[in-house]
Amino acid sequence: MTRRQAFASNWQGRTALIALAIYCVYAAMQLDISWARIAVGLGEGARFLGRMWPPNFERWDTLVEGLVESLQIAVLASALGIVISLPLSLLAARNLSPWWISGPARAFIALCRSLHYVIVAILFVKAVGFGALAGVAALTVASMGFIAKLFAEAIEEISMKQVEAVRATGAGRLAVLLYGVLPQVASRFVGFCIYQLDSNLRNSTLVGIVGAGGIGGTLFAAFKRFDYDFVAAILLSIIAMIFLAEVISARIRKALQ
Amino acid sequence: MSGGLSIRGLSKAYVPGKPVLRDINLDFDGQGVTAIIGPSGTGKSTLIRCINRLVEPTSGKVLLDGQDLVPLRGRALRLARRRIGMVFQEYNLVERLAVMENLLSGRLGYVPLWRAWLRRYPQEDIDRAFALLDAVGLPEHATRRADALSGGQRQRVGIARALMQRPALLLADEPTSSLDPRTAVEVMELLTRLAGEQDVPVIVNIHNVELAKRYCGRIIGMHQGSIVFDGPPEKLMPEHLTLIYGGEDWM
Repeated sequence: MTRRQAFASNWQGRTALIALAIYCVYAAMQLDISWARIAVGLGEGARFLGRMWPPNFERWDTLVEGLVESLQIAVLASALGIVISLPLSLLAARNLSPWWISGPARAFIALCRSLHYVIVAILFVKAVGFGALAGVAALTVASMGFIAKLFAEAIEEISMKQVEAVRATGAGRLAVLLYGVLPQVASRFVGFCIYQLDSNLRNSTLVGIVGAGGIGGTLFAAFKRFDYDFVAAILLSIIAMIFLAEVISARIRKALQ
Repeated sequence: MSGGLSIRGLSKAYVPGKPVLRDINLDFDGQGVTAIIGPSGTGKSTLIRCINRLVEPTSGKVLLDGQDLVPLRGRALRLARRRIGMVFQEYNLVERLAVMENLLSGRLGYVPLWRAWLRRYPQEDIDRAFALLDAVGLPEHATRRADALSGGQRQRVGIARALMQRPALLLADEPTSSLDPRTAVEVMELLTRLAGEQDVPVIVNIHNVELAKRYCGRIIGMHQGSIVFDGPPEKLMPEHLTLIYGGEDWM
């Protein structure tokens, strides 16, 4: 008597899993990741951590200067990004703009998103020179890409009935936007903006490493001088700042609901 | 000619060769409420929306006080639209705006953009809005958000918004179809009473024949994009209803 099959056998799935496991082993060997290498790495790591402790806040003025610059970069880039992405997303929304406007606007947004912000920051450092300007420019591009894309999608989901009713009163194009479109998406827009400010704060600590201003530059210099206790102080300060920002933005978001 | 609305040779086909409206000719002069009845999909909504150009007619003329609305573009179209109020089946209030803001949106065709943006409407408009809120029976609801209202309340706001335009003509597209029977009567009563007080002629699409006969001085019956009955409610006989809706089993 043949046994009845209760579950379909999944040969493709099993084969794929086995192949993946084999490839992982092969890749680890290829990269010389072995138990011996890991053991050496752990020893090095322990020594590194030992040199980081205790954190050294002696040069707190440099630290604060870098943090403040990062904060300024983040706020400026967010503000610029928000101001630019509002009209950009209205142009990109396919339910409000004809295809020959929304198409190019969407392409531009995609362009803003296509490169990682560190690469954009390097480009701006080369183009406009070292310093905060490059950082602001790079993070503005990143903010435009993020906010404009999400906001355009939010606009595409609005109820056109409400828009139609406002249009029927004889309202002009901008008045229709003000009364028919924006009220439907305003709270989501504010949500996107706060989220982007949050992540700009995080990102602004990194752009300094490529010379685009902020605490990242200080951090990179400390690494190069092997001032690991100062590195620890910087990292702790960044974590504190980001944590604080999280708490504040969570409060704001809660208040908006 | 001037005064009232005339429709001449109006046709509309969303898909070429499949007309929804076929050569409609109608005259509405003076006041009063006109009902358009007919089965679903017969072009009642399309006819009403062709008047304020929410739908583009394929051919024909729509004359309001002698002016043809069909060729209008841009600013001229907006100036014509602001004289035509519209009440929608699903109210179409801007849900996240307050009742007062929804009412004042009826003035968007009149006030400059900066005033609308900053909510700095002329006192006259605000006074009128409060008066209309009282008239539709929602005196305490000015600052409530539209999505906090019930269906009947929303439609009252919809009527008040349309009247804020001081329209020369009021269109109502199935204003009672989303409401329960009792609220439907109340809304119909309110709509016809306020329009009568302000001497605004009303054209209303309606599914409920009894309501149409009760509140409207003239009834237009449509079937498959053409007008098959046009007359006062007392002339509307069962045979006309058969002509409009087809069959007899439903009666």
